[in-house]
Amino acid sequence: MAVPTTTGPPHSPAATTVPAGRRTDPRPDAAAMAQRIRQDIIRMAGGPEGAHAGGSLSCADLMAVLHAELLRPGDAFVLSKGHAAPALYSALAQLGRFPADELDGYARPGSRLFGHPRHDLPGVEFATGSLGHGIGLSVGLALAEQLRGGDRRVYTVLGDGELQEGSVWEAALLAGHRRLPGLVAAVDRNGLQITGGTEECVALEPLDAKFEAFGWQARTVDGHDLPALREALRPSADGPVAVIARTVKGRGVPFLEQRVAGHYAKLKPALVQRALAALARPGGAS
Amino acid sequence: MSAPVAEELALGPDPRAAYREALLELAAADPRVICLDSDTGGLEDTFAKRFPAQYVNIGIAEANLMTVAAGLASRGFIPYVHTMATFATMRAAEFLKLDVVGNRLPVRVIATHGGLSAAHFGTTHFALEDLAVARALADLTVVVPGDGRHIAAATRQLHELPGPAYLRLGRSATPAPPGGDDAPGFELGRARALREGTDVTVVATGALPLLFALEAAEELAGDGIAAQVLELHTLHPLDRDGLLAGCRGRAGVVTVEDHRPQGGMGDAVAEVVAADLAVPMRRLAVRGSPGARVAGQRDALAAHGVSTAAVVDAARDLLARTHDQHERSARHGAAATRTR
Repeated sequence: MAVPTTTGPPHSPAATTVPAGRRTDPRPDAAAMAQRIRQDIIRMAGGPEGAHAGGSLSCADLMAVLHAELLRPGDAFVLSKGHAAPALYSALAQLGRFPADELDGYARPGSRLFGHPRHDLPGVEFATGSLGHGIGLSVGLALAEQLRGGDRRVYTVLGDGELQEGSVWEAALLAGHRRLPGLVAAVDRNGLQITGGTEECVALEPLDAKFEAFGWQARTVDGHDLPALREALRPSADGPVAVIARTVKGRGVPFLEQRVAGHYAKLKPALVQRALAALARPGGAS
Repeated sequence: MSAPVAEELALGPDPRAAYREALLELAAADPRVICLDSDTGGLEDTFAKRFPAQYVNIGIAEANLMTVAAGLASRGFIPYVHTMATFATMRAAEFLKLDVVGNRLPVRVIATHGGLSAAHFGTTHFALEDLAVARALADLTVVVPGDGRHIAAATRQLHELPGPAYLRLGRSATPAPPGGDDAPGFELGRARALREGTDVTVVATGALPLLFALEAAEELAGDGIAAQVLELHTLHPLDRDGLLAGCRGRAGVVTVEDHRPQGGMGDAVAEVVAADLAVPMRRLAVRGSPGARVAGQRDALAAHGVSTAAVVDAARDLLARTHDQHERSARHGAAATRTR
């Protein structure tokens, strides 16, 4: 179909994730980016309002591989689990989308860094935070590519508890039916939600089989193994890909790891120091 | 009482068919048009046959309908999404709010079965809160054509908007109100005066309410009461100047709509009238819970407070009230003169 490529509505969101035509390389390598993401999350959790530390730390490696290595100019990224905003903010700051010192203002009056990302922040196209929206938005973006015959990719990161939202499966069903190419949905499978384990709350397993039954290619991977993530996150020309990234909630900070209480943490200065020290230890994370 | 005008009137066009004709023209002229269906029926054998590349049926999934449309619109498409009014605004409300309206994307929500137009379908298919939700989203243009002959014009004019729009249609053809073909025709964002009158104003939204307003004006004219009849088809943005001009100096304003009173057109008019005019209002809207027994749209509306007779009664009540006030102030004036 002859759809003009330059007819974006005048009010369409200005920023795609990576501005076309602008070289963002050299990017930091994924390991360095992930480590800096974790440190920034801890600093944000040490701010006046605290932060969603656990689920931000669990997806730090995933976010780093995507932002340091995989996203190309014109590709889209949607953070469906909007509460992992601290991880996104750090990645975007490291890519130079806004000054890194803005991270110190996280959730403080006057800052544009809210607890959940707004669509007018450079590098963010859609406001997220209400769960179950990101995958549908990504399906819409991938559908636009399919209709135009383009090859831009669409990546989204979902929480595992988020999969209890019905709208996720409406979108998954459509993506499988349309065999949308270039669409990669990564699930940060840390196994915990606010009230406890996902399997105790409302069980999700077998998760790979669920996505496969919906027409997706499902790949299960260690969500803290950077080369394995890089491999698993490859898009497919044949249809949508679901990456079940097995992760550890609170990854890298022993007193937050696998702890329900780490979902939302407000860290006193001493704990910020303890957490940063733990992250600095060789083999502390990644 | 004079004979109901409705019996003498021919039916107007089928609203969904009239809309589809307009959409086909738009799709032929503008490749950005994407028809997103949610298995509503009627589009696959009309639109999809002619423009298969511009048609996607996303299935029975209204939340996803809004969200996928937002994704498409952010990449330069103009999605026309199709579902019933109650599903568009109630079931998919947050997806419409955050993904479509929050990003001010040019998605056109085609909401059929508005109000009690599918009265025989029962409670689940009544859309009596949709306009309140749509208005509350604040950045959504909201249009309810009251004359089927205006649907094509409304569709074309909405197409030109840079932001999101909500078009509420009925399910079936309704009697064409008299005067619909005359100037002024449909003008997006402008209240339409169908009848001039200086005694009382009747503001109507939707096909049957507009008909009731015109029938009532005819009946009131028989008593020597001149009613101004305004069709308010655009609920957002509101034609403030048109409303003020059409209501100023009258004894009162009667609003008539196929919606609950809460948050509907009457509330929108009240915002304007209360701010600038000392004119009393009566809001005729669907009160109570329709649907205990099957009834057609007209009877269901009448049973819940929206009818030609109700408009006549409300107008007379407002005029009587104003008359009483004049009498009172005349007596006060006389008393004041005597004591001086």
